Amino acid sequence: MSIFDLAKVPLRELNAALHSLPPSTNETHWVVTNPGGKHAIACGVDAPITIDIEGHVGYYCGGMNKEATIVVSGNAGVGVAENMMSGEVRVKGDASQAAGATGRGGLLVIDGNASARCGISMKGIDIVVKGSIGPMSAFMAQAGNLVVLGDAGDALGDSIYEARLFVRGSVAGLGADCIEKEMSAEDKSILKSLLKRADLNESISPDDFKMFGSARRLYHFHIDNVDAY
Amino acid sequence: MTVPPPHRTPPRFSATFSPQTIAEIQRAAATGIYDIRGGGAKRALPHFDDLLFLGASISRYPLEGYREKCGTDVALGTRFAKKPIKLKIPVTIAGMSFGALSAPAKEALGRGASAVGTSTTTGDGGMTAEERSHSSILVYQYLPSRYGMNPDDLRRADAIEIVIGQGAKPGGGGMLLGQKISPRVAKMRTLPEGIDQRSACRHPDWTGPDDLEIKIEELRELTDWEKPIYVKVGASRPYYDTALAAKSGADVIVLDGMQGGTAATQEVFIENVGLPLLAAIRPAVQALQDLGLHRKLQLIVSGGVRTGADVAKALALGADAVAIGTAALIALGDNDPQLQAEYEKLGTVAGAYDDWQDGLDPAGITTQDPVLAARLDPVKAGRRLANYLSVLTLEAQTIARACGKSHLHNLEPEDLVALSIEAAAMAGVPLAGTNWIPGITQ
Ligand SMILES: Cc1cc2nc3c(=O)[nH]c(=O)nc-3n(C[C@H](O)[C@H](O)[C@H](O)COP(=O)(O)O)c2cc1C
Repeated sequence: MSIFDLAKVPLRELNAALHSLPPSTNETHWVVTNPGGKHAIACGVDAPITIDIEGHVGYYCGGMNKEATIVVSGNAGVGVAENMMSGEVRVKGDASQAAGATGRGGLLVIDGNASARCGISMKGIDIVVKGSIGPMSAFMAQAGNLVVLGDAGDALGDSIYEARLFVRGSVAGLGADCIEKEMSAEDKSILKSLLKRADLNESISPDDFKMFGSARRLYHFHIDNVDAY
Repeated sequence: MTVPPPHRTPPRFSATFSPQTIAEIQRAAATGIYDIRGGGAKRALPHFDDLLFLGASISRYPLEGYREKCGTDVALGTRFAKKPIKLKIPVTIAGMSFGALSAPAKEALGRGASAVGTSTTTGDGGMTAEERSHSSILVYQYLPSRYGMNPDDLRRADAIEIVIGQGAKPGGGGMLLGQKISPRVAKMRTLPEGIDQRSACRHPDWTGPDDLEIKIEELRELTDWEKPIYVKVGASRPYYDTALAAKSGADVIVLDGMQGGTAATQEVFIENVGLPLLAAIRPAVQALQDLGLHRKLQLIVSGGVRTGADVAKALALGADAVAIGTAALIALGDNDPQLQAEYEKLGTVAGAYDDWQDGLDPAGITTQDPVLAARLDPVKAGRRLANYLSVLTLEAQTIARACGKSHLHNLEPEDLVALSIEAAAMAGVPLAGTNWIPGITQ
C-alpha cells in the first residue's frame, strides 16, 4: 500500500506517480490523506488500481479516469469524474456541480446529493446519486444512464439525446425535448443492475422509478419547434 | 411595339433594400428558418488591406532579398509547458473538424503543414488516426461539446487548445447538419446518425476565469505539464479576454476575428457578431504588455489571413503567429473554377460557394459523402497547401527585409501606416502622411 499525505507531498508528485504505473502494476492500493480540497487529485489515471482519498476533494477529482476505482471519503468539488472512460468513482459525501460531466464509461456513485448539471453532456457513463440532484442535470445528455433516488431539480434532461434518466422522487421540471417514457424490460434490467452495483438494498425496486428520455423533436431543425431553440 | 415614354427613370435599386436583402426576406418568408452557411463574414470590413508598410530608405536600412537571413521560426508554449512547440513558419492551420471536413481533406492539411514545418489542429469532433499520423505537430482542441474527448488523444497531442469561442460566432456553439453526420462521424461524437447537431456553446464543467484556471491546471496535471495549453477566443472583448486567459495560465492565446471561417453558422451571426481582426490585435497585445507577458506567452491571430502581407501585418501589430482556415481550404481546391459547372448545379458559382454545411462539396473537402470525398487526392492537395504556405512565408520575408528586419518578429507597428481613419484608430498606427493616430495623438 502506498500512502501519499498531500499536506506534505505536492499533488504533482502524486499524479506523476499514478501516471507512471504500468497496467500490470503490483502497487494496486493507494491511500491519499489530507486532500484538503485540492483540485485535480488522481486525474488521468490509467491502471486497475484502488485509490482511497480520506477527506474532501476540490475540482475534477478522478477526471478522465480509466480503469481505477477511486473512493472519496468526503465531499467532491466541481466536475468529479469528468469525462470518465471506465472504472469507478465513489463519493461518500455530496458532490458539487457537473458531477460526471461528459463521462463516456464507468460508474460514478454519489452517496449524498449532487448539485446542478449532474451528468451534463454525459456520453455513456452510468451515474447513481443516492440523494437528490440540482437543476439543469443531464443537459444535452447523449448516452448512458443517470439514476437518482431522491428528487431532480428543474430543467432535467434539457435537449437530451439518447441517455436514460431514472428518478425515484419528484422532478421539479423537464427541460426542452425531455419526456417521461415507458420502461421496457431492458430498461428495468439496466436500472436493477445499476442499483446493485451501487450497493443498494434489494428492497428498492425499479418500479419505484420513472424514466425520462428524448422526445427526439429537436433532432432536426424545424420552424414549428422554434420555441424550443 | 410599345414605345417607352420619354423621361422614364431607369430601375433604381435601394441601398437599404438591396437585391441581396430582398432575396433574403423572400427566402425567410418561404422557409421559416434562418440561413445557415459556411465561410466567414462577407461584408466589407476594415482589414489588413487598409494598412501599408513604409519600407526602408535613408533613415532605415533594408536587408538584401534572398541573401540576408530573415528568420521565420516561432516557439509556442514557452511559458509553462515542458515541451514547447517549435514551428519553422509563423503560419499554422486552424482547427477544423473531421465531420465538417472529409478525411482526405484532413489528411491533406496534415501533409501540407508537416511539409513546411508547421502545425495542424483537430476540431469539434475529436482526433482521427489519419490526422494524427499525417500531422507532425498536432494541436488537439478541447471544446464545449467534448465530442470524442479522451485522455489517450490528449497525451498523443502536441498541444491542447481550449476553445472558448470562434470569430465567426463568439458566443455560439458548433453546428453540423444531418447530411454530414455519417456513421463514422456519429460514432465519434456519440450521436444518432443523420440528426442536425448543435454543439454546446458553454463548457459543461466550468464557468468564468477562476474555473478556467482550475481546468487548465487539470489538463496540465493530466498530461504531466508537458503540453502547451492554448486558449482560443473569438474577438469580442480582446483586452479583457486576453488578460483573463493569461491570468488563467494559458501558454498561447488564439484570437479569431469575425472574418474567420466556420463550417456552418447562422448568416445573421456570422455578419453581425464580433470584431474584425484588425480591431482586435492591438487591445490583445496591450493586455499582454500591461501584464509584462508580451512575447512570453504567444498570441496567434486568425480571421481573413490570405497573403504574406497579411502575415507580416499581423506580426507587426504584435502577434507571434497566424492561423488560417478558409485560405487553406482554397489551397486544397475549394472554389476551384474548374468545378464551375458543378457549382452552377448547386445554384452558385466558383468563388462564392459557401454551402459547406450541406455536405455536397464538389471539391470533396467539406463533405462526408464517400464518392465526393474520394475526389480529393490528399497528396496533391497537401502539396498545393505546402506551396501556398511557402509563398506566404516568402512574401512576409520580402516585406520584412524591405523594412530591415532579420526576423519576422522584429516587424513592429512603427513600420505601418493606415489608409483610412478607421484603420488608423483600430490598428493604432498613423493615418498615412500624417502623425495622427486617432484616439492616441491629437
Ligand atoms: C470548415 C471549417 C471548420 C471549422 N471548424 C472549427 C472547429 O471545429 N473548431 C474551431 O475552433 N474553429 C473551427 N473553425 C474556425 C477556424 O478554426 C478558424 O478560426 C478560422 O477558419 C480562421 O479564419 P479564416 O477562415 O479566415 O482563416 C472552422 C473553420 C472552417 C472554415
